[in-house]
Amino acid sequence: MDIKLLDAEATPEERQAVDARLGEPHAAWYGTQARTTRELHVAFGGKDQRDRRHLLLPALQALQERIGWISEGGFNYVCERLTVPPAEAWGVATFYMMLSTQPRPKRVLHVCDDIACRAKGAKALCDELTGQHGGPLPHGIGKGDGHAAGHAGNGAAPGPHSLARRDSAGRIVIDDSHGAWTTSPCLGLCDVAPAALYIEAGPTVVERSLGSVDGDFAMGLLGGGAEPDDVLASVGPAKETQSTQNTQTTAKYHTVTGCLGEPRLLKRIGVVNPTSLTAYQMGDGYEALEKAFELGPEGVIAELNAAKLLGRGGAAFPTGRKWDAVRQQEATPKYIICNADESEPGTFKDRVLLTGDPFAIIEAMTIGAYAAGCTRGYVYIRGEYPLGAQRMQHAIKQARAIGLLGPKIMKRDFSFDIEVRRGAGAYICGEETAIFESIEGKRGEPRNKPPFPVSHGVFGKPTIVNNVETLANVIPIILGGGAAAAKIGTEQSAGTRLFCMSGHVARPGVYEVPMGTTLGELMELAGGVSGSGKLQCALLGGAAGAFVRPDEMNLRLTHEDTRAAGVTLGSGVVVAFDDTVDMLDMIHRIAKFFRDESCGQCVPCRVGTVRQQEALHRIAAKKPHGSVQDELALLEEIGVAMKDGSICGLGQTAYAAVESAIKRLNLYPV
Amino acid sequence: MEDTDVILLWGSNARNAHPIWFHHLLKGVRNGARLYVIDPRRSESAQWADVWMGVHVGSDIALSNTMAREIIRAGLHNKEFISNACEGFEEYKASVQSYTLEVGEELTGVPAEVIRECAHKYAKADKAMICWTLGITEHHDAADNVLALINLAILTGHVGKWGSGLNPLRGQNNVQGGGDMGAIPNRLPGFQDMMVPAIRERFEKHWGVKLQPTPGWHLTEMIAAMDRKELTALYVIGENPAQSDADANHVQHVLSELDHLVVQEICMTKTAEMAHVLLPAAASWCESDGTVTNSERRVQRCRKVVEPPAGAKDELWIINEIAKRLGKDLNIPDPETVWNEFRTVAPDFAGGMSYARLDEHHGLQWPCPNENDPGAIFLHDRLWKQGAERGTAAPFSVVKHEGPVEKPDAQYPFTLTTGRHLDAYNTGVQTAGYDSPLSRGETLDISPEDAVRVGANTGDTVRVTSRRGSLIVPARIDTGLRPGLVFMTLHYPDDAMTNVLTINASDPKSGTAEFKACAVNVVLATTAIPAHR
Repeated sequence: MDIKLLDAEATPEERQAVDARLGEPHAAWYGTQARTTRELHVAFGGKDQRDRRHLLLPALQALQERIGWISEGGFNYVCERLTVPPAEAWGVATFYMMLSTQPRPKRVLHVCDDIACRAKGAKALCDELTGQHGGPLPHGIGKGDGHAAGHAGNGAAPGPHSLARRDSAGRIVIDDSHGAWTTSPCLGLCDVAPAALYIEAGPTVVERSLGSVDGDFAMGLLGGGAEPDDVLASVGPAKETQSTQNTQTTAKYHTVTGCLGEPRLLKRIGVVNPTSLTAYQMGDGYEALEKAFELGPEGVIAELNAAKLLGRGGAAFPTGRKWDAVRQQEATPKYIICNADESEPGTFKDRVLLTGDPFAIIEAMTIGAYAAGCTRGYVYIRGEYPLGAQRMQHAIKQARAIGLLGPKIMKRDFSFDIEVRRGAGAYICGEETAIFESIEGKRGEPRNKPPFPVSHGVFGKPTIVNNVETLANVIPIILGGGAAAAKIGTEQSAGTRLFCMSGHVARPGVYEVPMGTTLGELMELAGGVSGSGKLQCALLGGAAGAFVRPDEMNLRLTHEDTRAAGVTLGSGVVVAFDDTVDMLDMIHRIAKFFRDESCGQCVPCRVGTVRQQEALHRIAAKKPHGSVQDELALLEEIGVAMKDGSICGLGQTAYAAVESAIKRLNLYPV
Repeated sequence: MEDTDVILLWGSNARNAHPIWFHHLLKGVRNGARLYVIDPRRSESAQWADVWMGVHVGSDIALSNTMAREIIRAGLHNKEFISNACEGFEEYKASVQSYTLEVGEELTGVPAEVIRECAHKYAKADKAMICWTLGITEHHDAADNVLALINLAILTGHVGKWGSGLNPLRGQNNVQGGGDMGAIPNRLPGFQDMMVPAIRERFEKHWGVKLQPTPGWHLTEMIAAMDRKELTALYVIGENPAQSDADANHVQHVLSELDHLVVQEICMTKTAEMAHVLLPAAASWCESDGTVTNSERRVQRCRKVVEPPAGAKDELWIINEIAKRLGKDLNIPDPETVWNEFRTVAPDFAGGMSYARLDEHHGLQWPCPNENDPGAIFLHDRLWKQGAERGTAAPFSVVKHEGPVEKPDAQYPFTLTTGRHLDAYNTGVQTAGYDSPLSRGETLDISPEDAVRVGANTGDTVRVTSRRGSLIVPARIDTGLRPGLVFMTLHYPDDAMTNVLTINASDPKSGTAEFKACAVNVVLATTAIPAHR
């Protein structure tokens, strides 16, 4: 299309980064090469070119990974290559927190200051960095003029290093001798808090998940002296069960997993090498797919229904019904998406599955694709999970190499392939329709429903969206039968469930327990309360969840029991807080999270999340407008407006944790 | 348009020149239609295309004939339709035999396999359309160009049915209406042939006057007649020939030599400035009642919404007054009376289109012969019918590639072609007075390669010279052009009178001049452009 571009030119390095992701430009209409006679008489584009719009986010990510930020020239080149109007692409580039449209140095440390890390000293770490290095990089939109890249963000004091300036020719020059740091919402590393994500842009981007970060180590990274080791990189992380209690201590860090009873979802974690398809097949790998072929599509769906499998992403929708609805659609192609945009604060179970058992996810997606008639799959992994993306990509490549993905899988008349898409720092993209928008190369703004994803999903086609843990359930169900699976747990909440234990527990990690296990049993499994040893409260279900009191340890962890108690299982989060934690600060952080992550589409949420944070700030600062009671009434009113007036779960639950802190914890006595 | 499968947008930059219509085209594209744009320039429209075919200027017949030969060779022509509804196929088939894909590539510049692909996609489509504008008709062989496109449509049967057909895009809301009412030298209202005595007699009886059995002149013939001093008085209504016609220096000269020039206008145009008598008129689209006919032959009511400024008169009033002073009271009180007379003299055409019915149906498509007729969605669906219902057969026409009259040579090595900007209209009479953020004024658009050759950068002044005239204008590098091809508009005659360059080589059948091709030379100018006005 005849888009109007900006004047800024991309550097050769920026062109190279974009071309590496999009392929070489096939016509000299882009760029400066000499034009051939043929090109002067024919050009192709139109639908083929517009259909590449979905590559917008990957192309912007390519710039971010190579250069460290997205300059106007690089941005312009992406727009030209994909024929996306700059005004529209700008909306996308500025939507995602991990993309920077302001100059940044190559090395950036993203320090988590969210709830679980906050309980473990993240605030002190940030203060130390501010004092020694200077304040964090600002979030948000800049014009790329170099000024905003100073240390003026978040009201912090200016630091000793000036990051970007303009030379006499007006070009932006960045000082890469020092790195910069920024605060981050939950990185999904709550078990190794305080955590950080280190990213070093360059021809091969370096991305490392870091745990137990202290000030000296962080300063070493920013100065370029320290070597970042990925906390998750060991192939066989330690496994810990109630019966054996064998903790691997050789690795510097390890992921703790544990279970009550026979593990179903964590069976291979820490036992089977996640980078070897052979190792996966040596167990019972790909037996489930063979059995699925025997059962046929309807048989597979019948087993899921018999197992009473409900979605584990938070909404608890029956998985069999979802697959069947897509199966019955006539429109093609159909898609299956594995929602690995795990961003609910306190959640890291999907990270453990992605890094520890990637082949199981591929096999489960393949079974889903077979059952519903999908030909293409996406694993949408949050941008903060570099190792998860790397492991999945590696696994997909291996599966494809021996014909377990691609055309004629297992010599059957069934073709299916999977592509990994990485998020770029946007909680909202875990919403099932926002994920479509993001894959399509747009701002991750949720869609109105209906139409529902089963008929109008990604690219407007029938789509299954399943959480990672939901997919992980498929394999044991197919292998052991749905009826057997339904016997685990309770009548209304069948199966086992993964819980992410963090905060003040002795052994933070992912634990698999049958539904119906009590909160107290789960806490005990994780080694009980640590810190002061005295539990103040626990957040159940994540930032969109609710607080429970120490006197509620008998709460049975089922959909029905939590619902009756006015709380939720959410994404299986339990963040424990001892009695030294400043809960007013914690609530304020939750409110800030929603304010930052609201996509801004629905006015009640866009405005409400801001007003909510402001009111909580006033209360915490002991400067309420009127009385505290007046502020609580205002919060209630805002909460109801957001719940009633938002089209997606973010706005609908943005008041949930705050409300539970007021009503269940009585945190704001009047 | 919105339901079709294949669109050939031929010689048209509708994105700029027909922006509203282009939205309908884009709906079709979004609904899955494959879009081919055939244009020497990779224009704004071409950038939307699945395939842009960058033909040499004036090689449209070569492309059409090549496609036809390939369609016939591959057996993709609609044999049933041709045998039922067409005539002259064998002769046509023989005439395109020499246009092999290789010859086509040679003549048009478009790679053979791209021509082949376009021919196959067009022929195999369920529904396909050809849409064209002045890139087809502003040539010395304009009518042959159109016939070449008609050949393709009847060869494949893409006529007279939903989502198919031939669409000449009209440049004004009522170009079609002007023709409907008889503003064509050899036609009477309703396109009735004035050379047929019976038809002439009917009009003579109705009007009570004798009609000359000789067709009038079209515009280019009038200019020639003025030059011969055969035509000495001219009455111009709503036209700016002093600036809009090819070889403008010459046109202005012959206009200035007239004994009597009457101009009826809403603006003070260049032509109006030359008039002996100027008749200020009401604007027909908002200060006057009447009807307009759009591109799909739909006649619509058009209503007065504001009073004309003081002194400006309704055009019907002006014509009545002139008639009175010439000694005959036409006694036409209002537009509806005119319209009803038209319905009486052209009953097969518009008999069923009373004002009341036009209101009721929000417009009707002609022909609409009686009050029960719903109007005609398709003009040529009869071709799908049998026997007498089918009517006259659709003839294939033998047309040959000639290329532009003036070909580039050593002295004038560039081909100048002309076209439109999005935010300007024709000679700027109605648009030059408004600011637009897109407006960049007149430029000589030139390929990056030629810009190097000429030594001109965007913004540098160049002198453009043809055999007829010369002007200076800022250069502008446009990657949509290839070496040897330069481009200007006609929008800014006060700054750069493009038509001093263009050639008055007109098509004998339609009278249209070859605005789309003339040979020019371009050199870096030494004189600066004088400050604008």
